[in-house]
Amino acid sequence: MTTITSPATIPSVKELERSARKSTRTAFRALFLRDLTVLRKSLKEFLPRTLLQPFLLVFIFTYVFPKIGQGVGGSGAAAAEFSTRLVAGVIGLSIMFQGIQSVALPMVQEFGYTREIEDRVLAPMPVALVAIEKVISGAFNGLFAALLVFPIAAIVPATPVHLDINWPVLLTLAPLACYMCGALGLTFGTRFDPRTVPMLFGIVVLPLTFLGAIYYSWSSLAPIKWLQVFVLVNPLVYMCEGFRAALTTSEHMSLWAVYPVMIGFSALFTWLGISGFKKRVLS
Amino acid sequence: MSASVEQRPPGVGSGPDEVIRTEQLTKVYPGDIRAVDGLDLSVQRGEIFGLLGPNGAGKTTTAGMLTTRVIPTGGRAFVGGVDVVAHPTAAKQVIGVVPQTNTLDRALTVWENLYFHGRFFGMGAKTSKTEATRLLEQFRLADRAEAPVLALSGGMAQRLMVARAIMHQPAILFLDEPTAGLDPQSRIALWDILGELHAAGQTILLTTHYMEEADELCNRLAIIDRGKLLALDTPAALKQSVGIDAMVTVTAAGDLDQLANVLRDEIPNATTVDHSDGVVRMGVRQIQGVLPKVVEAAERHGFSVSDLSSTEPTLETVFINLTGKDLRE
Repeated sequence: MTTITSPATIPSVKELERSARKSTRTAFRALFLRDLTVLRKSLKEFLPRTLLQPFLLVFIFTYVFPKIGQGVGGSGAAAAEFSTRLVAGVIGLSIMFQGIQSVALPMVQEFGYTREIEDRVLAPMPVALVAIEKVISGAFNGLFAALLVFPIAAIVPATPVHLDINWPVLLTLAPLACYMCGALGLTFGTRFDPRTVPMLFGIVVLPLTFLGAIYYSWSSLAPIKWLQVFVLVNPLVYMCEGFRAALTTSEHMSLWAVYPVMIGFSALFTWLGISGFKKRVLS
Repeated sequence: MSASVEQRPPGVGSGPDEVIRTEQLTKVYPGDIRAVDGLDLSVQRGEIFGLLGPNGAGKTTTAGMLTTRVIPTGGRAFVGGVDVVAHPTAAKQVIGVVPQTNTLDRALTVWENLYFHGRFFGMGAKTSKTEATRLLEQFRLADRAEAPVLALSGGMAQRLMVARAIMHQPAILFLDEPTAGLDPQSRIALWDILGELHAAGQTILLTTHYMEEADELCNRLAIIDRGKLLALDTPAALKQSVGIDAMVTVTAAGDLDQLANVLRDEIPNATTVDHSDGVVRMGVRQIQGVLPKVVEAAERHGFSVSDLSSTEPTLETVFINLTGKDLRE
């Protein structure tokens, strides 16, 4: 065995406290780099899990149904309107799935018996920022997924899709939506017992999805007033409505509601997620 | 440097060479569970310092507080002069930790585990690459560089965790029960590594419930039980403090309670006599001539001695002396 290098001398307390800011920045970047590496290495799993669901959704609802005359949303112009509306919903759905799959699910292992998260918690940065980094990398996954899904949603439908992109809205809403879903993933991953996280899909994600204004616009729920009010607790509703505003000319919820509520949800999930994370890694 | 705990009031021992210091460090968990209870420690640069105690003594909680993962409910703790509660990020820059469980990143390969650890601690891409490769060579893991960490044996995983913990050249290396669950060969390999690190000037704090390990490795030892410091000294001084020259173990058939009484009465040099696990243990002040007397007294009272041995006092003896119970209990 070659000789072991002798340890560094300890910098002064002042120096350490001064360098804490720099070490935090460096460690944050390195954690993100680690997550990107994991994403690159798992592309083989990432691609099917990201593409399959939106593809099937779009394929069945907007290709197969119109072709076999079992139209959803009517026929002709109404069917085209439905396809257009669904594009926004499918993108919102994909981002939310990424938030859960890339943030909440890995935590089952990281908080599990081995507690492999502990090593990252020992990186020279505040624990809260280790949690925030998770959210940011989850948001990045979501953005990547949205980019992949977009062509599917626009090309697969049998009826023409009329997109009318509002760039300022799209470029601000997409990062906000991705962040919110990353934070939602952190909340789920830290607030649920690791063993029950896989059950999330059945009991939480499914209702969020079906009541998330993916297949219909929120305003079209007007005939069922109680439901229209009830689904307002669902963050997915605001995302899908926001994407509708960003990508289509179909009717959508006012952006004056979409942005503030999404920012509010983001703040809430960030707070719930960070405090949940701290509870898990510190005692 | 070595003084018994009574002679070491808080404050003594501080100075430029003090790298770990705790003052009345306390952790009370909900339900009034006092895991650590008013602990005063001072560890000097270059020492291998051991926290020895049975499971549940508060060793891991103490190490957890010193490494910022457990928040104390009372007292203070400093590593490298940094208050770990007030400035955890600063403290984390100077420590390296080998935890009790395998916390290697399963999403990464063996080499990547080291590479990213270096990056977390501010190494540039190039330095981190060279260091990761060099450390794998040094820890005889080079042929596993591309393997997933799940493919490593327990001993290999442990070596990788030590390599990871020293990669950023921490001022203090913490090891929590480093050899628990390792096979004897891996244990000795790890002792060798720690010996080399110590020779290179590395300050090490380790927790263990293995007396042999504490005796073999540590310059100084804190014996703790139920969160309290019972004794603090060099292993040699601790063993001397028991005040006996030898521990005599007698194996015999029959009522051991009675045999213990017989020996207590008939062996004038005996300091303590008790029995457990089918043997009578007796602390003896002057061992010369004692063994024949033991056999003679036992046989006179109808006991047939099947085995008789005398050993120098061990840390086990120290622990029994301090707590009245076995370290393994």
